[in-house]
Amino acid sequence: MYEFEYVRPKSVAEAAGFLAANADARLMSGGMTLLPTMKQRLAQASHLVHVGPLGELKSIVREGDVLVVGSASTHDQVQESEVVRAAIPALAKLARGIGDPQVRYMGTIGGSIANNDPAADYPAGILGLGATVVTHLRQVAADDYFQGLFTTALAEGEIVTAVRFPVPRRAGYVKFAHPATGYAMSGVFVADSGAGVRVAVTGAGNGVFRWSEAEAALAKSMSAKALDGLPLDPAHFSQDIHATREYRAQLCRVMAARAVNELLG
Amino acid sequence: MSRIELTLNGKAISADVEDRTLLVNFLRDAQQLTGTHVGCDTTQCGACTVLVDGRALKSCTLLAVQVSGSKVTTIEGMANGEALHPVQQAFSECHGLQCGYCTPGMVMAVTDLLRRNPEPSDEQILHGLEGNICRCTGYINIVKSVKRASELMAGR
Repeated sequence: MYEFEYVRPKSVAEAAGFLAANADARLMSGGMTLLPTMKQRLAQASHLVHVGPLGELKSIVREGDVLVVGSASTHDQVQESEVVRAAIPALAKLARGIGDPQVRYMGTIGGSIANNDPAADYPAGILGLGATVVTHLRQVAADDYFQGLFTTALAEGEIVTAVRFPVPRRAGYVKFAHPATGYAMSGVFVADSGAGVRVAVTGAGNGVFRWSEAEAALAKSMSAKALDGLPLDPAHFSQDIHATREYRAQLCRVMAARAVNELLG
Repeated sequence: MSRIELTLNGKAISADVEDRTLLVNFLRDAQQLTGTHVGCDTTQCGACTVLVDGRALKSCTLLAVQVSGSKVTTIEGMANGEALHPVQQAFSECHGLQCGYCTPGMVMAVTDLLRRNPEPSDEQILHGLEGNICRCTGYINIVKSVKRASELMAGR
């Protein structure tokens, strides 16, 4: 790693001020992506501003029909949270499937969505549930937040503080994990809020996306069979040594059907 | 440079470290505790796993400054004199290792796994050890070792 200075702010306000005053400072939450990237010298920072330990970013509470998850909540905290398990069991399951136990102790929801890896799990949950990303400056709807490969609506120095999830009637998430890395090669989140159905796909292309044809079909009939033969735009899918475009699209169909079955319980 | 203070294998220590120093390098190079291994150096293999306040973490992806104020336990801190820790004892009895490279990380990960779930099922053991890779054993004897450690810790 290149040299940097480690900074432990006492509040989000202090962290924001520090980032504003130091153009080359980087925010660190759990560090599970940033530190490996810096070790490879693919990233560099004058300062690492570590917000992961901040108590004000760690609360997980239900406010009526909304589940509010602080951005520094670790995957382990989300998976273990009785509040999350009661409100959105599919979200607890999603957190339980990220990385491995050691990584889940450190990695956070805020870090995951600030990075927006195209194969990360949380983007599917957040887009699928139609959640709202809260920053220290504003609130951004999931549909506007995710903007493709490692790209988000966040401005320079903007800090994610929480994610607000509308509690659905029922939901399901199933992924096909790459056997070596564990990252989703296709992961599908299906949520039925009563008012409508949302289907979000991760791991398949350049970033999380909604499968609108599946949403319309499932709104009419919530069954795995309703997905048979639906169009799925191949432009959404990526191709690499692990899978062809067609294989990823097929995985997506299968994972969607399994997610529907999970949702139906 | 930063001054860090921590409890390392039961002993209070303080040291000056460069902010970019990884915990694993601090342990191996500055503290000469070379039982903690660097395998992949990319947060995947788990050979560098240590306990920080009881939780198994990968020390190749943690800064030494992050553990200031914490209790850190490495494989060197597990045995009580000549008496092996039950998890070490179980790995020895069940031949839960061949080359031994992954073993220190396995022992630390298993210690945390059994802290959270004293009687895990096979499925829970496999899920709980997803962060630790062994290239020799095929995991069969490691799963046996975890079950044996669970018995030993229950006094059976």
